[in-house]
Amino acid sequence: MSERFLMKGNEALAEAAIRAGCKHFFGYPITPQTELAAYMSKRMPKIGGTYLQAESELAAANMVLGASAAGVRAMTSSSSPGISLKTEAISYMAGSDVPALIINVQRGGPGLGGIQPSQADYWQATKATGHGDFQILVFAPATVQEMVDLVSDAFDMADKYRMPAMILADGMLGQMMEPVEFKDEGEKVLPERPWAASGHQNKRKHNVVNSLYLTPQALESLVVERFERYEKIKATEQRASEYLTEDADIILVAFGASARVAHSAVDMARAQGIKAGLIRPITLWPFPTDCLKKAAKTAKGFLSVEMNMGQMVDDVKLAIDCSRPVEFFGRTGGVIPTPNEILEKIIKFGGEL
Amino acid sequence: MSKIIIIYGHYGCGKTNLSLNLAIDLALKGEKVTIADMDVVNPYFRSGDYKDLLAKYGIDIVASDFSHTNLDLPSIPATMYSIFVREGTVIIDVGGDDAGAYALGRFSSKIKEAGYEAYYVVNGKRTLTTTPEEAVEILREIESASSLPATGVINNTHLQNFTTSEIIKEGYEFAKKTAELLSLPLVATTYPKEYVNENKLEAVGRLVPVEVLVKPPF
Repeated sequence: MSERFLMKGNEALAEAAIRAGCKHFFGYPITPQTELAAYMSKRMPKIGGTYLQAESELAAANMVLGASAAGVRAMTSSSSPGISLKTEAISYMAGSDVPALIINVQRGGPGLGGIQPSQADYWQATKATGHGDFQILVFAPATVQEMVDLVSDAFDMADKYRMPAMILADGMLGQMMEPVEFKDEGEKVLPERPWAASGHQNKRKHNVVNSLYLTPQALESLVVERFERYEKIKATEQRASEYLTEDADIILVAFGASARVAHSAVDMARAQGIKAGLIRPITLWPFPTDCLKKAAKTAKGFLSVEMNMGQMVDDVKLAIDCSRPVEFFGRTGGVIPTPNEILEKIIKFGGEL
Repeated sequence: MSKIIIIYGHYGCGKTNLSLNLAIDLALKGEKVTIADMDVVNPYFRSGDYKDLLAKYGIDIVASDFSHTNLDLPSIPATMYSIFVREGTVIIDVGGDDAGAYALGRFSSKIKEAGYEAYYVVNGKRTLTTTPEEAVEILREIESASSLPATGVINNTHLQNFTTSEIIKEGYEFAKKTAELLSLPLVATTYPKEYVNENKLEAVGRLVPVEVLVKPPF
């Protein structure tokens, strides 16, 4: 049996990445993800890995592209403004079909915003982490333990589908401490990367990792092929967890830290006899439309609870084909909603249904 | 003249929660208490974030003007010097590890002159300080940054809601060994009263119940 220890979310993300076989970290400091990079700087030299603080966020992300193209498991991490700087490289990774892990410990925005927790990068993560036609896998953990579990899955799925993956966390999850357990799985066996530019030794044709295509037709057919891959992912990789949804009249939809608050609000509503439930998307892309569609058959209304101005609302509406009313409650700018505020909204919305 | 109590420890060992509990205990006994938040490292969960709670008990707080704001400034307010002229007890909540202790080093000669107690808070369930040897190494780094040697060890081993009487006992053995290696007294063992029943605890020296005050808002 493995033992439980107390870890901050940021430390747990770092340790989980190392255990998932990532020995190459490239970063640039920013609050509130700093402990992640600090932990890597202490641990990587001890395991023969690379910790490199680059000259900028963009440089760090391009180093991930290079390292990953050369065949190794690589990652970078940052917080909101830093992720914006990395988006050029993320687009190049997607355009080169290169797997990688990018961690965003979100803070308030736009611009320099603030250092308090936020979920205001939902649109960026799920719709446009850079220019061009592409998607990345997006995972939203809600506990420190889930951060650990999802890091390994994100790396593996990024390899399987040859695309970048993101853990979309927030400052609260990054900074808070919870007991975690690491399953003792021994040395991780990483998947082969026969496409990598890792040296052909005169034994095979040389590999090219590139995102530039000289004819529009060649680029179009590659993008179309990529989107066929995305359809497969949408059909098979959706993840969500459900809480008291079976008989619920009103279903809250929330991810990450706001799902923790929403969970408390659902309990408070139930204590008052209101049939509330919670759907927590674990993958934000692919969005768990199947789970929401099923819930829409019985629920009377949906309430999206977020730490932003309602960026997930449209995805909820699309998932249920606008068949039920979808309302929003959220706080932004680094403010975390309280269970009481959400309960008030549940009572008001419930009365209108 | 004030009595100065310094609270040292690894990041996340429970320094701030212990400082708040200690301050409230003393205040309830009728003492005049001040908390000095010298944590310039953590962006969240600092004692400066608990001004309203402390005000209820008449506890003064000296903290960065920027704690719990969007400014990521490692600053100490000029009023920090008031700790030397205050009545009653001043509890200094130091930032984690050596990085946090450097800020305290700025005041070391004045603190030495005034006299102090410094407790090293340990949690055997906290990653990177799970063996007495690791815990000793971290205190050595802290002391070399602050120039103020610790005078005692406090066992604050817990695993949040997974804390059991076995974990407290295990933590006691770990803290006792740590204190031995440091040649310091183990002054107390804390237990979260929300999760552990005192009657079920084995003999682990002086026991102090603590309330979990530092936690996320859900």
